[in-house]
Amino acid sequence: MKTKVECQECGADISVPEDAVTGEIVTCPDCGGDYEIASKAADKVELKPAETVGEDWGQ
Amino acid sequence: MTQVCIIYDKVRFEEKALYEKAQKKGVKAQIVDGKTLTITTDSKKKDFALGDVILQRSVSHYRGLYLTACLEFLDFKVINKFQVGETCGNKLITSLALAKNKVPTPKTQFAFAAESALETINKTGFPIVLKPIVGSWGRGVFPLRDSEVASMIVEMREEDDSPLSRIYYVQEMINRPPRDIRCIVVGDQVVTAIYRYSAENEWRTNVARGGKAELAPITKELEDLALKAAKAVGGGILGVDMMEDKERGLIVHEVNNTVEFHGASSVSKNDIPGAMIDYAVKVVKK
Repeated sequence: MKTKVECQECGADISVPEDAVTGEIVTCPDCGGDYEIASKAADKVELKPAETVGEDWGQ
Repeated sequence: MTQVCIIYDKVRFEEKALYEKAQKKGVKAQIVDGKTLTITTDSKKKDFALGDVILQRSVSHYRGLYLTACLEFLDFKVINKFQVGETCGNKLITSLALAKNKVPTPKTQFAFAAESALETINKTGFPIVLKPIVGSWGRGVFPLRDSEVASMIVEMREEDDSPLSRIYYVQEMINRPPRDIRCIVVGDQVVTAIYRYSAENEWRTNVARGGKAELAPITKELEDLALKAAKAVGGGILGVDMMEDKERGLIVHEVNNTVEFHGASSVSKNDIPGAMIDYAVKVVKK
């Protein structure tokens, strides 16, 4: 079951898929804000603002 | 039982696939956020529960590189080694390593000031490719087609704050089909090879730029060359990128340290994360 978390920017509901893990990035469907899953328990998910893409990201 | 630690700074398809594959194989695995680690000159290996072998998977090149340096200082086995990350993270150093080890690679010229860069570019002729020596996902890679554009791009580089922008990496434009080949090398094995086709109105083939993946045959020529290129940079788990020159055959232009394989996994039946986990386990036993 997906867990809903409120977007810290715009208040919209962000759906966190059941198989998502800590460290994954989720995006607010309304404002496009990116969040990193900081912790995930059975019924509670905590998000923190994700790092912005750095110049040295990728391969 | 061997314990594999996957270090990340952002969990992507690749890190999840590695973790899940390790579990399926019965290998004890943990996934650790590299951003949470702090290491000092007094630190000891026993202070960190990071298993027997570490797969360094940070998306940030410098974070992964320097964290690897610290982990190696603590005597952890890290894949890939610091020296490999340092070589692959810099196109100039990679080109030198490839050339030194007689791996066919595009002719590349290095200049250390705007004036000499422009002189080199104009003397060699167009089209020609200007790349940043440190960069990823095809950022800042420019095909230069005339002198006027070359002057503008070099001027732009001069105005950039980074001192690395004043190191000019000028490469011949290879006469190739609109694709390149990404080979995923794990130890002494080429696990998968894919063609990467440029997206519409895009010259670069990076999947991050919308490039499309298609399975490529692993020929003897490709296998030998991919392994030779991987060895030239120090070996490990690597993404060797090649182009098909219409006259010279396969030419290696890049070797990637923290190889992404989402695109390759979508077209390949080979077990890419499985091969990586097997390799990590093998490294511990060495």
